[in-house]
Amino acid sequence: MAYKIVKDNCTGCSACEPECPNQAISETKDGLFVIDPAKCTECIGFYDEPQCVAVCPIDDTCIIDENYPRYQAA
Amino acid sequence: MQTVQHRARADGVETHAGANIDEIMQKVAEHKGCGTSGGAGKASCGSGAGENDLPPEIWEKVKNHPCYSEEAHHHYARMHVAVAPACNIQCNYCNRKYDCANESRPGVVSEKLTPEQAAKKVLAVASAIPQMTVLGIAGPGDPLANPEKTFKTFELVAKHAPDIKLCVSTNGLALPDYVDRLAQYNIDHVTITINMIDPEVGAKIYPWIYYKKKRYHGVEAAKILSERQLQGLEMLTERGILSKINSVMIPGINDEHLVEVNKAVKSRGAFLHNIMPLISAPEHGTYFGLNGQRGPTAQELKALQDKCEGEMNMMRHCRQCRADAVGLLGEDRSAEFTTDKIMEMEVNYDLETRKAYQAAVEKERQAVVEAKKSELDGLAGEHSDIKMLVAVATKGGGKINEHFGHAKEFQVYELSTAGTKFVGHRRVDLYCQGGYGEEDSLATIIRAINDCHAVFVAKIGGCPKNDLKAAGIDPVDRYAGQFIEQSAIAYFKDYLEKVKSGEIRHVERGDAHIRQGALTAAEAA
Repeated sequence: MAYKIVKDNCTGCSACEPECPNQAISETKDGLFVIDPAKCTECIGFYDEPQCVAVCPIDDTCIIDENYPRYQAA
Repeated sequence: MQTVQHRARADGVETHAGANIDEIMQKVAEHKGCGTSGGAGKASCGSGAGENDLPPEIWEKVKNHPCYSEEAHHHYARMHVAVAPACNIQCNYCNRKYDCANESRPGVVSEKLTPEQAAKKVLAVASAIPQMTVLGIAGPGDPLANPEKTFKTFELVAKHAPDIKLCVSTNGLALPDYVDRLAQYNIDHVTITINMIDPEVGAKIYPWIYYKKKRYHGVEAAKILSERQLQGLEMLTERGILSKINSVMIPGINDEHLVEVNKAVKSRGAFLHNIMPLISAPEHGTYFGLNGQRGPTAQELKALQDKCEGEMNMMRHCRQCRADAVGLLGEDRSAEFTTDKIMEMEVNYDLETRKAYQAAVEKERQAVVEAKKSELDGLAGEHSDIKMLVAVATKGGGKINEHFGHAKEFQVYELSTAGTKFVGHRRVDLYCQGGYGEEDSLATIIRAINDCHAVFVAKIGGCPKNDLKAAGIDPVDRYAGQFIEQSAIAYFKDYLEKVKSGEIRHVERGDAHIRQGALTAAEAA
């Protein structure tokens, strides 16, 4: 699985972008942020907790994306 | 002496009523940098500190800085650029999700800027408003949680507008990591928001912090934050960078504790302490707002500021402005400088024009000081226990030059035989909208200045005049266009005469309400 950002909650504050160890987060045209599920590793192997979740000022905004299988560390 | 205060606090002395404040002994700081002597012997310093009250090297740094000098704020303007959207802590008085045109409070902006847009905006504003001398980065998140954007902006501005002073406002969590960089960019003013030094108190204000790749909660979070804040302050002091401390007064949570905070920051070299009232309304969507946490009344705030004043300089003219504010304190011209508008502007940054304009401002400013001095001489030898507050409608320049109905705020001065002291300001609704007075708005204004004996205005209509009189507030328009402090002293002398002759009887006024709403360009338009 990867994380995703709930668009309606995102304030576009950019706090998550530099914290992502995989450079999976980028800014959209409308100034919000998205996670590239292909790059997201849920921070496994990097940190104890997903960095986007830890830094996001709004609760329940960076959440697990059920559409993707659980990330497997190589 | 400090232990006396400690014990008083621990005994749970109720400070709200104001009546007990005098029981708590105050220590006049060994060195407040104050040299003025009023008739009653108490140095009039604090936010009103002027040229003769401060060591020359500090005066030189603050004299044109509206946020660091009460006197300067009548004459000079500042601007904030919102280049720092990210934050590394959560505060219970802040909701990052919410922004609307009808509010003005810290942490809120209408649009965020890139460093390049911000630099262009600074040049555009500085060209249009030559008395704009200070650029601050204050958010809407924490500038040091966005270090690249913050420092890039400073770099661009320093290159194109070298005369503009740069300052930054931070929660302090990341401060120790960036003190050297701040010094390198010639930033000589830093504001740190410190609401507590006791993590138990902090846990009630900060639900979490993000530090070293980890989210911390509760007491543990508050302990880290407090240590980092105080460490950062000490590092700034070591490097000769002036620090102002902002504290949000939250009744029942940190109000009494702020006396301890005041001592802690003073002992670490902070230059100025700014205790601000909590802004809290349910519609702001903050934790405090949603949970009914109230802000302090005007007298509660003043009592706490007065109590801390013996320890160090207090700032009382803070307008708790937005992270994209533009103009003199108390006005918001940000709507004139939106990103769309500035990108279209032809900017011709002319240093000489700015210098010439500022020279004229200095002359005007000197006239204000002279006027006050000459009137003050007339008070010499007078002794009276009477102290009173008066509200003033002003557009700036240190003069009574605003119509009662057009005032967006009133400045409040305390008058005594020691002279005049600026003690705060009160935001009000616009009473006069489209030429029609609204009775509800008038009631709001009366509540906001209910602790004042008089209100000085350039002009006032018959109806509000009568209502003010009925509420016990003397509407005074005979000093229209004149200097505030000179007029206030003249009024006070007159008042004392009348009390002496028995023509009037001096009665104490009640408390006043601090308006939770806001002052914005949208509203003022």
